[in-house]
Amino acid sequence: MRGVLSDRMGAALLMAPLLLFLVLAYAWPFLGVVKWSFTLPTPGLGQYQALLTDDLVQSVFIRTLRIAAIVTVVSVAAAYAITVVWVRGSPAQRLVAEFCILVPFWISVLTRAFGWVALLSNRGLINTWLQSIGFISEPLTLVRNEFGVVVGMTHFLIPFAVFPLASAMRSLDDRVLLAARGLGSSRMRTFWTVFVPMTRSGIIGSALIVFVFSLGFFVTPAILGGGRSVMIAELIYLRIFQSPDWGLGAAISVVLVLFVGALMALLFRYVRPKQLI
Amino acid sequence: MQQPGRAAEIKAIGIGKSFGSFRALDNLSLNIGRGEFLTLLGPSGSGKTTFLMILAGFVQPTEGKLFSDGTDITDRPAEQRAAGMVFQGYALFPHMSVEANIAFPLKVRKKSAADIKKRVGEMIERVGLVGHEKKLPSQLSGGQQQRVALARALVFEPGVLLLDEPFSALDKSLRGQMQAEMKRLHQETGTTFVFVTHDQSEALALSSRVAIFNHGKLLQVGAPDEVYDRPDNRFVAEFLGEINMLPLKGVKPADNGSTGLCEDRAVNMHCKAEKVRGDAILAIRPEHMSIAREAAVGENGIAATATASTYLGAATKLDLTTRQGAKVTVSVPNEVAAAALSKGNSVWLTWPAEKGFLLPDGGQ
Repeated sequence: MRGVLSDRMGAALLMAPLLLFLVLAYAWPFLGVVKWSFTLPTPGLGQYQALLTDDLVQSVFIRTLRIAAIVTVVSVAAAYAITVVWVRGSPAQRLVAEFCILVPFWISVLTRAFGWVALLSNRGLINTWLQSIGFISEPLTLVRNEFGVVVGMTHFLIPFAVFPLASAMRSLDDRVLLAARGLGSSRMRTFWTVFVPMTRSGIIGSALIVFVFSLGFFVTPAILGGGRSVMIAELIYLRIFQSPDWGLGAAISVVLVLFVGALMALLFRYVRPKQLI
Repeated sequence: MQQPGRAAEIKAIGIGKSFGSFRALDNLSLNIGRGEFLTLLGPSGSGKTTFLMILAGFVQPTEGKLFSDGTDITDRPAEQRAAGMVFQGYALFPHMSVEANIAFPLKVRKKSAADIKKRVGEMIERVGLVGHEKKLPSQLSGGQQQRVALARALVFEPGVLLLDEPFSALDKSLRGQMQAEMKRLHQETGTTFVFVTHDQSEALALSSRVAIFNHGKLLQVGAPDEVYDRPDNRFVAEFLGEINMLPLKGVKPADNGSTGLCEDRAVNMHCKAEKVRGDAILAIRPEHMSIAREAAVGENGIAATATASTYLGAATKLDLTTRQGAKVTVSVPNEVAAAALSKGNSVWLTWPAEKGFLLPDGGQ
């Protein structure tokens, strides 16, 4: 490209297809959704008022936030442990960690959800095994509830939580850790008082990414929740394709997008985009 | 703040370290005295930093033993050695204020809050950081960060302070200032200081003793004037500063030291011809040579022609070639240099017998 076009022109040209696609397939239709939220079934702010009073919508919002929060805490904690091994472990440990991080990316979200059903259902592997060793007499309800949803989502999101953490841990100066130990701090204390605080930007980035992803989850809660723990994306789907209550579905979508937008703005105040990869 | 008696005495016996097939340190034995300021000097890759890391406990030696005040600490982990350490690049905790950085080693040692406050306050005053207590390291200049690193390493009164090229990132004037500061801290605390540098002038200016490393070997240990004036070998001689080397023939002991032939002229040395016989190298520092119209009988001197001069302000550096082609550099007063150059022909290079020393011919 250099010599023919300026770098900036070149970059713009290379990005153009993606931008065009986003505008045509996402931004433009979304403007239509915004319009529905103000016009269906009758013009006005009626749907937004309904959002504030509808018990079902509110309970789904609260459940979504609760599940997203739990998933975020569990995913980031698990990802932190994996990332420590991946970034700072022995070569063999790194290889194992890398395998654990990358393999889930090759399996579709749908396959994984059904995989979890097979593991967690009443006659699934875990219950059968626990019963056969006599640990429990009645099967545990591990799926078609919030627990199942949290497990499935956490499993899906851990790899996404790993990358911002890895980026933060890689940029950490080893000498600072040596300095802490040289000053008399045990490995444990060094980890909690120096290592963890120094990876703070990674933790924030990781948590916000997982939280934002969690808010929009559809397939995993739909399958592992079994209709009993409906999250916001599934509610939008139900309102638009089954009720049909397009106006309300559209209003929920708009609120969700604004909320996610606000979180992303917060995210980029703390971390630069390249720290997330 | 500290009794000199608390300074540690360190003994290293036969320390060796291999990284795979690379021999980083070989059979190093060294005593570091109580309250001494020892500098480990050498080019990069010479093993000096590896030895410092072994002293700190961050690197485990492949063989050998390490004693501190008579106790074997070879297998003791770094956090139990109580050595203060100042790293290259300071390695301050970026998320902690100046105060919290300095308090860290005291908190680790579970000192009372009042004690910590008092000692951190004293230390901040001692290194001249009053008014910066609440700042983060990133808000400080290089010199100030350096002071925080020193304060943090000294606040818990360690028996030994280890410093890994602490001034390499500072500009020249700040360097001089920090060197003076460190010398003062050494006197005030009485602690044993072990300091790594590749800068020979820094080593000579600061230390009570200098240990010179090359290729993983400890070549010579001694007081600055000792290693500078009487180096054991060619590497030490050259590493510590500019030096002229003249081939010498027929070296043999004499009444008052030794004697030999330099370009067919008899020269005398006060040093003894212990290790060398026959062919050797006569080494003389440029500042110990002078230029004369002629050399008196019995005086050391050889004939040479001036080829170039470099004006240095206080003096002039003069490059000369001897009759048999040896290159010599001398540092002389400006007017002497001008005279030597203008004549364009032969001058005499002379030096006192006590300033020349013998090195084995060739190689080491």
